Amino acid sequence: MTSKQYKSIGDDLWKSRTEKINAELFTLTYGALVVQLIQDYEDYAEVNKQLEKMGYNIGTRLIEDFLARSSLGRCSDFKEVGEVVAKVGFKTFLNITPVVVHIPPSSSAPGQPPSGATFTLTLEENPLAEFVELPDEALEGGLWFSNVLCGVLRGALEMVQMQVEATFVSDVLRGDDTTEIRVKLIKYLEEEVPVGDD
Amino acid sequence: MVAYGLWVINKAGGLVYQKNFPVPTIPDRGLAPLTSNEYLVLAGTLHGIHAITSRLSPTGSGSGAQVIEGETFKMTIHLTSTGTKFVLLTSLNDGTAEIMLQRVYEAYADTVMKNPFHTLEMPIRSELFDVRINALFSNQL
Repeated sequence: MTSKQYKSIGDDLWKSRTEKINAELFTLTYGALVVQLIQDYEDYAEVNKQLEKMGYNIGTRLIEDFLARSSLGRCSDFKEVGEVVAKVGFKTFLNITPVVVHIPPSSSAPGQPPSGATFTLTLEENPLAEFVELPDEALEGGLWFSNVLCGVLRGALEMVQMQVEATFVSDVLRGDDTTEIRVKLIKYLEEEVPVGDD
Repeated sequence: MVAYGLWVINKAGGLVYQKNFPVPTIPDRGLAPLTSNEYLVLAGTLHGIHAITSRLSPTGSGSGAQVIEGETFKMTIHLTSTGTKFVLLTSLNDGTAEIMLQRVYEAYADTVMKNPFHTLEMPIRSELFDVRINALFSNQL
Protein backbone atom coordinates (compact mmCIF):
# COMPACT_ATOMS: atom_id res chain seq x y z
CA MET A 1 0.00 0.00 0.00
CA THR A 2 1.30 3.41 -0.80
CA SER A 3 1.63 6.20 1.66
CA LYS A 4 -1.20 8.02 -0.06
CA GLN A 5 -3.53 5.06 0.32
CA TYR A 6 -2.83 4.92 4.04
CA LYS A 7 -3.49 8.63 4.28
CA SER A 8 -6.86 8.26 2.61
CA ILE A 9 -7.78 5.28 4.82
CA GLY A 10 -6.89 7.39 7.84
CA ASP A 11 -8.93 10.34 6.62
CA ASP A 12 -11.89 8.13 5.89
CA LEU A 13 -11.77 6.45 9.29
CA TRP A 14 -11.55 9.80 11.06
CA LYS A 15 -14.45 11.29 9.12
CA SER A 16 -16.91 8.47 9.06
CA ARG A 17 -16.13 5.78 11.55
CA THR A 18 -15.20 7.52 14.78
CA GLU A 19 -17.24 9.20 17.46
CA LYS A 20 -16.00 12.67 18.28
CA ILE A 21 -15.75 14.46 21.61
CA ASN A 22 -14.87 17.98 22.58
CA ALA A 23 -11.11 18.46 22.30
CA GLU A 24 -10.93 20.78 25.29
CA LEU A 25 -12.62 18.20 27.48
CA PHE A 26 -10.06 15.64 26.38
CA THR A 27 -7.14 17.97 27.03
CA LEU A 28 -8.51 18.98 30.42
CA THR A 29 -9.11 15.37 31.44
CA TYR A 30 -5.60 14.34 30.50
CA GLY A 31 -4.09 17.35 32.21
CA ALA A 32 -6.02 16.65 35.40
CA LEU A 33 -4.80 13.07 35.26
CA VAL A 34 -1.14 14.05 34.97
CA VAL A 35 -1.38 16.63 37.74
CA GLN A 36 -3.06 14.11 40.03
CA LEU A 37 -0.39 11.53 39.33
CA ILE A 38 2.28 14.09 40.17
CA GLN A 39 0.55 14.87 43.45
CA ASP A 40 0.17 11.20 44.29
CA TYR A 41 3.64 9.98 43.38
CA GLU A 42 5.70 13.16 43.89
CA ASP A 43 8.44 11.67 41.71
CA TYR A 44 8.54 12.56 38.04
CA ALA A 45 10.29 9.38 36.94
CA GLU A 46 7.55 7.38 38.62
CA VAL A 47 4.87 9.49 36.94
CA ASN A 48 6.49 8.81 33.59
CA LYS A 49 6.38 5.11 34.37
CA GLN A 50 2.72 5.21 35.43
CA LEU A 51 1.72 7.17 32.34
CA GLU A 52 3.47 4.58 30.22
CA LYS A 53 1.70 1.75 32.05
CA MET A 54 -1.68 3.37 31.58
CA GLY A 55 -0.88 3.86 27.95
CA TYR A 56 0.05 0.18 27.70
CA ASN A 57 -3.37 -0.85 29.00
CA ILE A 58 -5.05 1.50 26.58
CA GLY A 59 -2.92 0.29 23.69
CA THR A 60 -3.69 -3.40 24.19
CA ARG A 61 -7.38 -2.61 23.86
CA LEU A 62 -7.17 0.12 21.27
CA ILE A 63 -5.51 -2.16 18.74
CA GLU A 64 -8.59 -4.38 18.48
CA ASP A 65 -10.79 -1.38 17.82
CA PHE A 66 -8.32 -0.16 15.24
CA LEU A 67 -8.11 -3.53 13.49
CA ALA A 68 -11.86 -4.06 13.59
CA ARG A 69 -12.57 -0.69 12.03
CA SER A 70 -9.78 -0.48 9.53
CA SER A 71 -9.72 -4.14 8.42
CA LEU A 72 -6.04 -3.73 7.67
CA GLY A 73 -4.00 -6.90 7.47
CA ARG A 74 -0.49 -7.52 8.73
CA CYS A 75 2.29 -5.13 7.82
CA SER A 76 5.01 -6.67 5.70
CA ASP A 77 7.89 -4.91 7.48
CA PHE A 78 8.60 -2.47 10.27
CA LYS A 79 8.72 0.43 7.86
CA GLU A 80 5.12 -0.25 6.92
CA VAL A 81 4.25 -0.40 10.62
CA GLY A 82 5.55 3.13 10.99
CA GLU A 83 3.50 4.33 8.04
CA VAL A 84 0.30 2.73 9.28
CA VAL A 85 0.80 3.98 12.85
CA ALA A 86 1.36 7.55 11.72
CA LYS A 87 -1.06 7.89 8.84
CA VAL A 88 -3.93 5.67 9.95
CA GLY A 89 -3.52 5.14 13.68
CA PHE A 90 -2.77 8.63 14.91
CA LYS A 91 -5.18 10.09 12.38
CA THR A 92 -8.05 7.88 13.52
CA PHE A 93 -7.63 8.51 17.23
CA LEU A 94 -6.12 11.97 17.55
CA ASN A 95 -6.75 13.51 14.14
CA ILE A 96 -3.06 14.30 13.74
CA THR A 97 -0.59 12.86 11.27
CA PRO A 98 2.92 12.84 12.68
CA VAL A 99 5.83 12.89 10.28
CA VAL A 100 7.51 9.49 10.04
CA VAL A 101 11.23 9.07 9.55
CA HIS A 102 12.59 5.54 9.16
CA ILE A 103 15.99 4.53 10.41
CA PRO A 104 17.07 1.12 9.17
CA PRO A 105 18.88 -1.20 11.58
CA SER A 106 22.56 -0.29 11.80
CA SER A 107 23.86 -3.59 10.52
CA SER A 108 22.44 -7.05 10.56
CA ALA A 109 24.06 -10.22 9.33
CA PRO A 110 22.09 -11.93 6.57
CA GLY A 111 19.52 -14.29 8.01
CA GLN A 112 19.39 -12.42 11.30
CA PRO A 113 16.07 -11.08 12.52
CA PRO A 114 15.76 -7.38 11.67
CA SER A 115 15.81 -6.06 15.19
CA GLY A 116 16.90 -2.53 15.80
CA ALA A 117 14.77 -1.06 13.03
CA THR A 118 13.49 2.28 14.23
CA PHE A 119 11.14 5.01 13.18
CA THR A 120 10.57 8.38 14.73
CA LEU A 121 7.27 10.20 14.88
CA THR A 122 7.46 13.96 14.92
CA LEU A 123 4.25 15.44 16.24
CA GLU A 124 3.61 18.84 14.80
CA GLU A 125 0.70 19.33 17.13
CA ASN A 126 -0.16 17.47 20.30
CA PRO A 127 -3.79 17.56 21.42
CA LEU A 128 -2.83 16.19 24.83
CA ALA A 129 -0.69 19.20 25.62
CA GLU A 130 -2.63 22.20 24.36
CA PHE A 131 -2.17 25.22 26.63
CA VAL A 132 0.19 23.30 28.92
CA GLU A 133 3.26 24.91 30.44
CA LEU A 134 5.52 22.77 32.55
CA PRO A 135 6.69 24.21 35.88
CA ASP A 136 10.43 24.27 36.63
CA GLU A 137 10.33 21.25 38.93
CA ALA A 138 8.69 19.19 36.22
CA LEU A 139 11.35 20.28 33.75
CA GLU A 140 14.14 19.39 36.15
CA GLY A 141 12.42 16.17 37.19
CA GLY A 142 12.38 14.93 33.63
CA LEU A 143 8.62 14.65 33.12
CA TRP A 144 7.45 13.56 29.69
CA PHE A 145 3.96 15.00 29.74
CA SER A 146 2.52 12.87 26.94
CA ASN A 147 4.24 9.64 27.94
CA VAL A 148 0.92 7.83 27.74
CA LEU A 149 1.42 7.81 23.97
CA CYS A 150 4.58 5.72 24.31
CA GLY A 151 2.65 3.19 26.36
CA VAL A 152 -0.16 3.05 23.83
CA LEU A 153 2.34 2.33 21.06
CA ARG A 154 4.06 -0.38 23.08
CA GLY A 155 0.78 -2.04 24.11
CA ALA A 156 -0.80 -1.94 20.69
CA LEU A 157 2.25 -3.27 18.87
CA GLU A 158 2.79 -6.00 21.43
CA MET A 159 -0.68 -7.36 20.67
CA VAL A 160 0.36 -7.79 17.06
CA GLN A 161 3.51 -9.66 17.98
CA MET A 162 6.06 -6.85 17.98
CA GLN A 163 8.06 -5.98 21.04
CA VAL A 164 9.05 -2.34 20.77
CA GLU A 165 10.57 0.36 22.89
CA ALA A 166 8.83 3.70 22.53
CA THR A 167 10.39 6.73 24.16
CA PHE A 168 10.21 10.48 23.88
CA VAL A 169 13.29 12.06 22.38
CA SER A 170 12.21 15.67 22.64
CA ASP A 171 9.16 17.67 23.64
CA VAL A 172 8.27 21.27 22.89
CA LEU A 173 6.92 21.50 26.44
CA ARG A 174 10.49 21.05 27.61
CA GLY A 175 11.72 23.80 25.36
CA ASP A 176 12.91 21.55 22.54
CA ASP A 177 12.23 22.41 18.91
CA THR A 178 10.10 19.37 18.18
CA THR A 179 8.02 16.72 19.89
CA GLU A 180 9.46 13.43 18.83
CA ILE A 181 8.79 9.81 19.78
CA ARG A 182 11.28 7.12 18.84
CA VAL A 183 9.92 3.62 18.30
CA LYS A 184 12.49 0.86 18.15
CA LEU A 185 11.75 -2.75 17.30
CA ILE A 186 13.29 -5.09 19.84
CA LYS A 187 12.08 -8.32 18.32
CA TYR A 188 9.15 -10.07 16.77
CA LEU A 189 7.32 -12.20 19.30
CA GLU A 190 7.10 -15.75 18.10
CA GLU A 191 3.92 -17.15 19.51
CA GLU A 192 1.90 -20.06 18.28
CA VAL A 193 -0.31 -17.57 16.48
CA PRO A 194 -0.61 -18.35 12.81
CA VAL A 195 0.30 -15.49 10.54
CA GLY A 196 -2.78 -14.05 8.89
CA ASP A 197 -2.55 -13.88 5.15
CA ASP A 198 -2.91 -10.49 3.55
CA MET B 1 -28.52 -18.89 5.83
CA VAL B 2 -28.85 -19.80 9.46
CA ALA B 3 -26.28 -19.28 12.15
CA TYR B 4 -26.13 -22.05 14.70
CA GLY B 5 -23.41 -20.92 17.02
CA LEU B 6 -20.62 -18.48 17.75
CA TRP B 7 -17.34 -19.10 19.57
CA VAL B 8 -14.64 -16.61 20.48
CA ILE B 9 -11.24 -18.13 21.20
CA ASN B 10 -8.38 -16.13 22.70
CA LYS B 11 -4.82 -16.22 21.43
CA ALA B 12 -3.84 -18.98 23.86
CA GLY B 13 -6.57 -21.29 22.59
CA GLY B 14 -8.99 -20.81 25.49
CA LEU B 15 -12.67 -20.35 24.85
CA VAL B 16 -13.80 -16.92 26.07
CA TYR B 17 -17.30 -16.83 24.63
CA GLN B 18 -19.77 -19.36 23.36
CA LYS B 19 -23.35 -18.96 22.22
CA ASN B 20 -25.81 -21.22 20.48
CA PHE B 21 -28.57 -19.64 18.44
CA PRO B 22 -32.02 -21.21 18.38
CA VAL B 23 -33.27 -22.31 14.97
CA PRO B 24 -36.96 -21.41 15.06
CA THR B 25 -37.95 -22.88 11.71
CA ILE B 26 -37.09 -26.40 12.80
CA PRO B 27 -38.04 -27.09 16.39
CA ASP B 28 -35.45 -28.94 18.44
CA ARG B 29 -32.86 -28.37 15.76
CA GLY B 30 -29.80 -26.31 16.15
CA LEU B 31 -26.72 -27.37 18.05
CA ALA B 32 -27.15 -29.83 20.89
CA PRO B 33 -26.08 -28.12 24.08
CA LEU B 34 -22.85 -29.44 25.53
CA THR B 35 -21.32 -28.92 28.95
CA SER B 36 -19.04 -25.94 29.32
CA ASN B 37 -16.10 -28.30 29.72
CA GLU B 38 -16.86 -29.94 26.40
CA TYR B 39 -16.94 -26.54 24.72
CA LEU B 40 -13.56 -25.70 26.23
CA VAL B 41 -12.08 -28.92 24.90
CA LEU B 42 -13.55 -28.37 21.44
CA ALA B 43 -12.24 -24.83 21.29
CA GLY B 44 -8.78 -25.88 22.38
CA THR B 45 -8.75 -28.65 19.79
CA LEU B 46 -9.84 -26.25 17.09
CA HIS B 47 -7.11 -23.86 18.09
CA GLY B 48 -4.55 -26.64 17.75
CA ILE B 49 -5.86 -27.69 14.36
CA HIS B 50 -5.85 -24.10 13.19
CA ALA B 51 -2.23 -23.71 14.24
CA ILE B 52 -1.28 -26.89 12.36
CA THR B 53 -3.09 -25.87 9.21
CA SER B 54 -1.28 -22.55 9.20
CA ARG B 55 1.99 -24.39 8.74
CA LEU B 56 0.74 -26.45 5.84
CA SER B 57 0.67 -23.63 3.32
CA PRO B 58 2.65 -24.53 0.21
CA THR B 59 3.54 -20.91 -0.41
CA GLY B 60 5.25 -20.06 2.83
CA SER B 61 3.33 -18.19 5.46
CA GLY B 62 -0.41 -18.12 5.37
CA SER B 63 -3.37 -18.19 7.68
CA GLY B 64 -4.80 -21.39 9.06
CA ALA B 65 -8.04 -23.00 8.00
CA GLN B 66 -10.74 -20.43 7.30
CA VAL B 67 -13.69 -22.61 6.35
CA ILE B 68 -14.42 -26.15 7.44
CA GLU B 69 -17.42 -27.82 5.85
CA GLY B 70 -19.31 -30.87 6.90
CA GLU B 71 -22.40 -32.53 5.51
CA THR B 72 -24.80 -30.40 7.44
CA PHE B 73 -22.92 -27.33 8.54
CA LYS B 74 -20.18 -24.89 7.72
CA MET B 75 -17.65 -23.48 10.17
CA THR B 76 -16.05 -20.14 9.33
CA ILE B 77 -13.01 -18.96 11.27
CA HIS B 78 -11.91 -15.33 11.34
CA LEU B 79 -8.42 -14.86 12.71
CA THR B 80 -7.52 -11.35 13.78
CA SER B 81 -4.02 -9.93 13.69
CA THR B 82 -4.01 -10.13 17.47
CA GLY B 83 -4.54 -13.89 17.52
CA THR B 84 -8.18 -13.92 18.55
CA LYS B 85 -10.38 -16.34 16.63
CA PHE B 86 -14.03 -15.77 15.88
CA VAL B 87 -15.77 -18.99 14.85
CA LEU B 88 -19.24 -19.06 13.35
CA LEU B 89 -21.18 -22.28 12.76
CA THR B 90 -23.77 -21.92 10.04
CA SER B 91 -25.84 -23.84 7.57
CA LEU B 92 -24.18 -24.88 4.34
CA ASN B 93 -25.98 -22.43 2.11
CA ASP B 94 -24.37 -19.47 3.80
CA GLY B 95 -22.65 -16.61 2.06
CA THR B 96 -22.44 -13.96 4.71
CA ALA B 97 -20.47 -15.65 7.48
CA GLU B 98 -17.36 -13.52 6.92
CA ILE B 99 -19.36 -10.30 7.04
CA MET B 100 -21.16 -11.37 10.20
CA LEU B 101 -17.85 -12.25 11.80
CA GLN B 102 -16.48 -8.85 10.90
CA ARG B 103 -19.46 -7.27 12.67
CA VAL B 104 -18.92 -9.55 15.66
CA TYR B 105 -15.31 -8.36 15.75
CA GLU B 106 -16.49 -4.74 15.76
CA ALA B 107 -18.94 -5.49 18.58
CA TYR B 108 -16.10 -7.19 20.47
CA ALA B 109 -13.79 -4.22 19.97
CA ASP B 110 -16.48 -1.89 21.22
CA THR B 111 -18.15 -3.64 24.12
CA VAL B 112 -15.46 -5.97 25.41
CA MET B 113 -12.20 -4.12 24.73
CA LYS B 114 -13.45 -0.77 25.84
CA ASN B 115 -14.74 -2.03 29.16
CA PRO B 116 -11.86 -1.15 31.47
CA PHE B 117 -12.91 -3.84 33.93
CA HIS B 118 -12.59 -6.63 31.44
CA THR B 119 -9.34 -8.56 31.80
CA LEU B 120 -7.89 -9.40 28.43
CA GLU B 121 -7.93 -13.05 27.30
CA MET B 122 -10.39 -13.91 30.09
CA PRO B 123 -13.94 -15.21 29.54
CA ILE B 124 -16.29 -12.53 28.33
CA ARG B 125 -19.00 -11.62 30.81
CA SER B 126 -20.42 -8.56 29.18
CA GLU B 127 -24.11 -7.89 28.89
CA LEU B 128 -23.46 -5.27 26.26
CA PHE B 129 -21.68 -7.81 24.11
CA ASP B 130 -24.58 -10.26 24.51
CA VAL B 131 -27.05 -7.59 23.51
CA ARG B 132 -25.03 -6.69 20.42
CA ILE B 133 -24.65 -10.34 19.38
CA ASN B 134 -28.36 -11.02 19.85
CA ALA B 135 -29.14 -7.99 17.74
CA LEU B 136 -26.77 -9.12 15.01
CA PHE B 137 -28.28 -12.58 14.76
CA SER B 138 -31.85 -11.70 15.55
CA ASN B 139 -32.87 -11.50 11.92
CA GLN B 140 -33.20 -15.25 11.87
CA LEU B 141 -35.77 -15.19 14.64
